[in-house]
Amino acid sequence: MDGCARGCGSEEHRIERRKFLGGLAAGAMAGGLGWFARPATAARLAKEQKRMVVIDMHGGLSQLESWDPKPGTDTGGPFRAIPTSVTGIQISELLPRTAKQMHHLSLVRSLNTKNDDHGKGTYMMLTGRRQTPAGQFPEIGAVVARALDSDDRALPGHIKIRPSGSGGRSADSAYLGPRFASISLGEGKAPENSACPADLSEESVRLREEFRRKLNDRFLERRRTAETDAYTQSYEQAQEFVKRRDVFDIALEPEKDRQRYGPHDFGRHCLLARRLLEKGITFVQVRHSNYDTHNENFNFHLEQLGEFDGPFATLVSDLAERGMLESTLIVVLSEFGRTPRINQYYGRDHWGKAWSICLGGAGIVRGSVVGATNPNGTAVAEREVDAGHLFHTYLAALGLRSTGHFTVGGKKIPMADPAFEPIKELLA
Amino acid sequence: MAADPKQTHVSAEFKHEAPFITCRFDPKGRFLFAAAEDRSVVRWDLSSGAKTVLAGHDSWVGDLAFSPDGEWLVTAGYDDTLAWWPAAAEKPEPARKVRAHEGWIRALAVSPDGKILASAGNDRAVRLWNLSDGSPLRSMEGHGGHVYSLLFHPSGDFVVSGDLLGQVHQWEVATGQLAGIFAAKALHSYNRGQAVDFGGVRGLSLSPDGKHLACGGLHKAENPLGAVHEPIVLRFDWETGKLLQSHVQPGLRGVAWRVLFHPEGFLMGASGGGGGGHLLFWNQEEKPFHAFKLPDTAREFDLHPDGLQVATAHYGKTVRISRMAPKPAAK
Repeated sequence: MDGCARGCGSEEHRIERRKFLGGLAAGAMAGGLGWFARPATAARLAKEQKRMVVIDMHGGLSQLESWDPKPGTDTGGPFRAIPTSVTGIQISELLPRTAKQMHHLSLVRSLNTKNDDHGKGTYMMLTGRRQTPAGQFPEIGAVVARALDSDDRALPGHIKIRPSGSGGRSADSAYLGPRFASISLGEGKAPENSACPADLSEESVRLREEFRRKLNDRFLERRRTAETDAYTQSYEQAQEFVKRRDVFDIALEPEKDRQRYGPHDFGRHCLLARRLLEKGITFVQVRHSNYDTHNENFNFHLEQLGEFDGPFATLVSDLAERGMLESTLIVVLSEFGRTPRINQYYGRDHWGKAWSICLGGAGIVRGSVVGATNPNGTAVAEREVDAGHLFHTYLAALGLRSTGHFTVGGKKIPMADPAFEPIKELLA
Repeated sequence: MAADPKQTHVSAEFKHEAPFITCRFDPKGRFLFAAAEDRSVVRWDLSSGAKTVLAGHDSWVGDLAFSPDGEWLVTAGYDDTLAWWPAAAEKPEPARKVRAHEGWIRALAVSPDGKILASAGNDRAVRLWNLSDGSPLRSMEGHGGHVYSLLFHPSGDFVVSGDLLGQVHQWEVATGQLAGIFAAKALHSYNRGQAVDFGGVRGLSLSPDGKHLACGGLHKAENPLGAVHEPIVLRFDWETGKLLQSHVQPGLRGVAWRVLFHPEGFLMGASGGGGGGHLLFWNQEEKPFHAFKLPDTAREFDLHPDGLQVATAHYGKTVRISRMAPKPAAK
């Protein structure tokens, strides 16, 4: 097994990868779901340990102040476009450090999600489907964790780092069940109730566990079911999780790295994301808030993207330097973009008709642009793309067959909306 | 003729193809200049109404300033650049461009003797320039946020700068040393839920007797991203730095984009926002003695040298002149 030369190189990382390999084989036999694009290469996928990191630009990032600037037009606003490390691609001057990483990234500039509602937009971008009363679908993090995580993992596969809140599990895994629901790290802190109480000695913990096992075993002799097995597994995973709590502690990262990412929340959260990915977490979502700039859009994008640019560029650069970019899919998304029209408050409002996302890393062509908007950004001019296309693309980029399905209660449910397909020109 | 704010009425309108950002009369009162969202500065000859478009910046223009004789216009670009223009030329072109800051230049001020130009912006620096040739004189740094506004003291000894965080710095022109700080904290707030700093010292003015410093902006920022806030002007004692009064207009949504003391001593502010556009007039009291509602939301404003005409820049692609005097009798 190689890989540690491409990852953090620590013993912890090697253990995590070993678990992944074992789990993958077990999962493939038990499920027989044929998720992988090329089943014969499952071993290769395991070796690479695919991961995904999503940066959620909460509130609705302006495409005109980021990935699709239109300087000098009636909608362009005051910011200029700057060249990037890819000849011919320009982005907003608010992203000078990201511009230098453009050769690792690609842009989709032709999203038309036909939605201007925060909740529906978030749902659509994270599930690849329209929200309907008929049923809920799992978010991309739950799908990726279900498809790529091993069954015996101690660490959760689906983590959301949020700038506020206390943490806990979210209801975002739908029919995949609570095991694949995200665990939130409010303010970037370790999950709630994951620390062993300070007044419990190791010996007392061991004795308690021994007693619990005895009672549990006796119970299972007579009443063993799939549910009790799952409960036992959850309990044992939780114990392992408590032992591995330092995975969430960025104080253990080198001081120079903490300085490189910066002292503000988003910098710390990007460093935490890097740490989690290195420790084998399959899916990490980082929220950067807030871009819902109906008022003073330009001042607030100066403020927010001024905070975003450095840590995000550092994360991309670090993943590349550590050899993780080939196995880690990076996506920067929002629930929608912002209106080309500048309102009376120097603001921009909600706009789902023509906007952009940025992605790169695993399975994605580097330094390319898919689609285009018209000269002042009011409509998609080339290669219209929907959130459904993106969802398929994420799965395909991770080596999964996006037309595959989950079997739930004997019923086959497509992993991604069958009405769409991957954006082939984005796939490496 | 004394100004009569309660008689204020719109007396002229000038149109363009883009929303306006700010406007200024030249010191001789011959022209009205206004910066627009199409990167241009538009000049109107007030005697003939002739319109001339000045194009020379690679971004929006945030502020305008003049040499005291009115011969030179300096424009502050969001393209990091200062540009010098012959203000009265038939077809003005930039005679000089200086890359003066890293990022937006938001504010300008000219010393009373016309020798020094001050500029400030997003790099948090206040810089002094020789107005006659554009050569740099001094740079003063110490603000913790973007610098929004500037003022030269009538003595020429101090330049005053106000920032996003509600800090007003008084700098000694001769040495560049910080001589004092006025804490206009009410003009700034941090919204934890939205994770944004908001507000700032949007305008500065000194009373005609030199005793009071006015700092304009916004407060009650319940929803910064949604434009839910109200205009406010803080009045400080210039010598002691003590806050003397908070001038407000309760219930009016908006921001005091600029504030000016009228030569007759009352205070003027232009408010724009959810409550529409207003010219607000205060004496010493907390609430205005008059509020004049404009046809649509206002951004910045300026006072003509005659002390009667007020120009307001509007989002609705219009610059208006309002006159603080009775309407002329209908013929």
